[in-house]
Amino acid sequence: MAEEAVLGYLENNTEISDSGTFAEERGINHDEIVNIIKSLNGFRLVDAQDIKRERWVLTNEGKTYAEDGSPEVQLFLAVPPEGITREELQKKLKPTIYQIGCQQAIKNKWIEMGKSQVSRKLQHVDDRVRDALIQIQNGEAVGPDDINALKRRKLITSQIWKGYSVTKGPKYAPKRKKVATDLTRENLQRGDWKEVEFKEYNFLAKGQPTEGGCLHPLLKVRRQIQMIFLQMGFEEMPTNNFVESSFWNFDALFQPQQHPARDSHDTFFLKEPSTTRTLPEDYVERVKRVHESGGYGSRGYGYEWKRDEANKNLLRTHTTAVSSRMLYALAQGPFAPKSYYSIDRVFRNEAVDRTHLAEFHQIEGLICDRGLTLGHLIGVLHDFFSRLGMSKLKFKPAYNPYTEPSMEIFSYHEGLQKWVEIGNSGMFRPEMLLPMGLPDDVQVIAWGLSLERPTMILYGIDNIRDLFGHKVDLSLIKRNPVCSIGL
Amino acid sequence: MPTVSVGRDRLFQALGRTYTEEEFEDLCFKFGIELDDVTTEKAIIRKEKHLDEEEASEDEELIYKIEVPANRYDLLCLEGLAQALRIFNGLDPIPSYSVASIGKESMLKMNVKSETSKIRPYVVCAVLRGVTFDEARYNSFIDLQDRLHQNICRRRTLVAIGTHDLDTIEGPFTYEALPPEEINFVPLKQTKNFRADELMEFYKSDMKLKKFLHIIETSPVFPVIYDRNRTVLSLPPIINGAHSAISLKTKNVFIECTATDLTKANIVLNTMVTMFSVYCQKKFEVEPVEVIYPDGQSYICPDLSFYQMVVPLSYITTIVGVSLPAHEVAGLLNKMQLNVENSVLEENQTKFTISVPPTRSDILHPCDVAEDVAIAYGYNKIPKIKLPSLKPQSLNQFSELIRAEIGMVGYTEVLTWILCSYKENFTMLNRKDDNSTAAINGNPRTADFEVVRTSLLPGILKTVGHNKDHPKPIKIFEVGDIVLLDEKKDVGASNRRHLAALYCGATSGFELIHGLVDRIMEVTGTPFVTPGDKSGYYIQSSDEPEFLTGRQASIIYKGNQIGTFGIVHPQVLDNFDIPDPCSFVEINIESFL
Repeated sequence: MAEEAVLGYLENNTEISDSGTFAEERGINHDEIVNIIKSLNGFRLVDAQDIKRERWVLTNEGKTYAEDGSPEVQLFLAVPPEGITREELQKKLKPTIYQIGCQQAIKNKWIEMGKSQVSRKLQHVDDRVRDALIQIQNGEAVGPDDINALKRRKLITSQIWKGYSVTKGPKYAPKRKKVATDLTRENLQRGDWKEVEFKEYNFLAKGQPTEGGCLHPLLKVRRQIQMIFLQMGFEEMPTNNFVESSFWNFDALFQPQQHPARDSHDTFFLKEPSTTRTLPEDYVERVKRVHESGGYGSRGYGYEWKRDEANKNLLRTHTTAVSSRMLYALAQGPFAPKSYYSIDRVFRNEAVDRTHLAEFHQIEGLICDRGLTLGHLIGVLHDFFSRLGMSKLKFKPAYNPYTEPSMEIFSYHEGLQKWVEIGNSGMFRPEMLLPMGLPDDVQVIAWGLSLERPTMILYGIDNIRDLFGHKVDLSLIKRNPVCSIGL
Repeated sequence: MPTVSVGRDRLFQALGRTYTEEEFEDLCFKFGIELDDVTTEKAIIRKEKHLDEEEASEDEELIYKIEVPANRYDLLCLEGLAQALRIFNGLDPIPSYSVASIGKESMLKMNVKSETSKIRPYVVCAVLRGVTFDEARYNSFIDLQDRLHQNICRRRTLVAIGTHDLDTIEGPFTYEALPPEEINFVPLKQTKNFRADELMEFYKSDMKLKKFLHIIETSPVFPVIYDRNRTVLSLPPIINGAHSAISLKTKNVFIECTATDLTKANIVLNTMVTMFSVYCQKKFEVEPVEVIYPDGQSYICPDLSFYQMVVPLSYITTIVGVSLPAHEVAGLLNKMQLNVENSVLEENQTKFTISVPPTRSDILHPCDVAEDVAIAYGYNKIPKIKLPSLKPQSLNQFSELIRAEIGMVGYTEVLTWILCSYKENFTMLNRKDDNSTAAINGNPRTADFEVVRTSLLPGILKTVGHNKDHPKPIKIFEVGDIVLLDEKKDVGASNRRHLAALYCGATSGFELIHGLVDRIMEVTGTPFVTPGDKSGYYIQSSDEPEFLTGRQASIIYKGNQIGTFGIVHPQVLDNFDIPDPCSFVEINIESFL
């Protein structure tokens, strides 16, 4: 009815100047008119302009006074012409009416409050407060003095009234055609889809967001790197053992017992279980000898090797602890060349900041075979890193206790326009391999890097905590694209 | 890795030339050290005090902070760095260090008392005669001790160094371990006499020294070195006596290193004397000291002999991966301070006898020699050798990734036939055959196999048509190949990888399919851009016969149309016997690669 009223009126008139009076004249609820105007405006059938007006409405208190009269008049009327005691008067009225009524009536000089007796000063009073309230209730104009007085007494409050002035819109029609937002089953069943007019679709806005789950970016990158290793013929090492002994984590790697990495401020040592139960004794003996006095062509470190130090349990500081176990196992049988990889969690007793966490993921690859050279290492690194999208590499001499030669791997970062270190590599030392029992013409070339670093570069994340751990931004996980390295 | 700060100008003076920062970085990179930072004295102080950056004035001397490998103690001071780089650059021969030949009678002696075995059992000593210090040399001498203490000495636990003005003290010396109450002396930088136990208490508030107190604090006896007049030289590993303190004027330096690890004590002593014997009257000559242990064993130190190592040429070349003639390898070894005294031919095999100088304690095994050859040759000149490996098909790998993503937002995968009927491919889709699109089968057994599909739409619509009773909504997708006629191909036709998805429900779900398009773009890392922008994707309305007018659009990716989506035209739905409205998207995903 409201829609017909608006469109019908505009067919013969240029404007509805005030939706409020328009509604009143037709006895239609104003809210209903407003809704229709908004909808018609949305479809451009009409053009609507906002009208705002301040108007006064009664508060709850004001409403009761409009009904029952103001407190001061109620009080006045309760005082008989001959006067009354305070106690008696108080009994006749509600406490709030009594209190407010007294204040106002005294102020108006209507009554006399004696010590015990209350008496009228006038014979007749008008209830101007009530009259003004009723006028406001009826939407009639009231003088500014009355408004201010009522406002002060919190009997009225202002309200913003909103309405519209309306003219014909560019798509005006006396009757609205049915516009749809989507094709429905009913449209097909009734066959009225030919007549359906669709609301204009906004292709500059995005569609309705999809719902569904997302995988973690770091693990998406892990998956791709696993694929790369498999394509390069590498076999995965079992790395589901976080607790490791110092022996496999350090000693077996020819890392001396006074090495700074073995300090408690770099490594998490365990209180429980504090020590390892068993180690392969004959191998331990060979490791002890190579540390203390060398052998296998080495001078050794020349210090007193302590078994207690090797027995200490820790959270592995690198997955190379697993590599040392795997190579030892490999050495126990007839030699066969192997290519191994792993990507798993390692732990460092480090302060957490934008680029460091106490735990991270290490990627490690190694090849164990006869006749391997630095040329092979450089070749395999080029193959591996170019699949990660880093094909411009250079190598810097470096020091690492268990590799010799050692090479730091640098890659040219096009975005940063500089060389950045991306990993470490080298050939495992004979002092590590020969005590295991590997043949002396076997070389192991190996490299390692963190999973976090390339992921952060790939996804442009500069705070590692945004990526990994409980402080992650979930929307970042949802937003991030597929990992397309290694394709 | 340890960092050494050296004045740039002094370093360049020692190297005999100046370098641009880039040139110097390059030299460092080749040698295996790293220019970590370029700063000034004032900037370091400002940083320590957390003051704001100020413009460095031009007259401030630049300081190079250089990272050196943790096992190269000979690079921890300017003298050693400069020497190593000069030899690397072929400017200097390898220095030959010598121990002055003096009779045992006139040699200084250090007598070790048996109690020292309870706390710090070893001591090694040496004397530098006729040293000429200036301020820079003196500071370098002090700094080297600090760096050695920090690194190989493991914050003085393993080794502690004491250096003394020999002209203020008189041998023979004794190395003892006494109860703290019995030790009294004026320590360095103090004027008052302290009892050792009181001194420990006093140093608890000393920022620098308090961290070393724990090394001896709980021991009933403290190590202490006296001269013949009971002058205290030092209370290792805490502090030296004030009496024997060295100064710029000191000529003769007595060095003692007390230790719990004798190998490291010798390395530390050798590093100190080899680095600073360059300033001795007799360059590279060190005066020995005899250390006599309580069991009567005596040792002359320092031991500056060269360690001999026999290394076959073939071992080196098989590690490096480059076949090099013997003389070239010998030359490379010389650049790394390794003398090749002679090369022996045995059964046609060249064997080197390599002399490792006392400065190169890092050389433990022939593999270390091989590394030095590789460094001197240049890591980046070693030709790479490719090992067998496989390359995946990018398109297929990418298809796998995108399939998983579509599955994860709730679409079920279907796998439909490549072949379909002519009608299904054209007329039933409201499409006209322009005879330049589809590969046509010449001998189809039935009408089902007449053409090779040019779109994934017919297969998907047939699937919906056959699943009318499936609860709504139906959300399905397919990633697969279509075939188009292609004049550029030898056979005249080529495959193209498409992704298609369909929504079917009580309403067509057009906005949902639109949202799926956005998601596909999000997972391919494509930004949403304004129309006309070629850096991402945008959507513009289209006019395709298979879709309903007003509810269809093209997907423009980096300026090219790669797909369309829309409400499937009711006529098309009817053709495939589908009673419910559907929205559909089809994209060529080869564009993303």
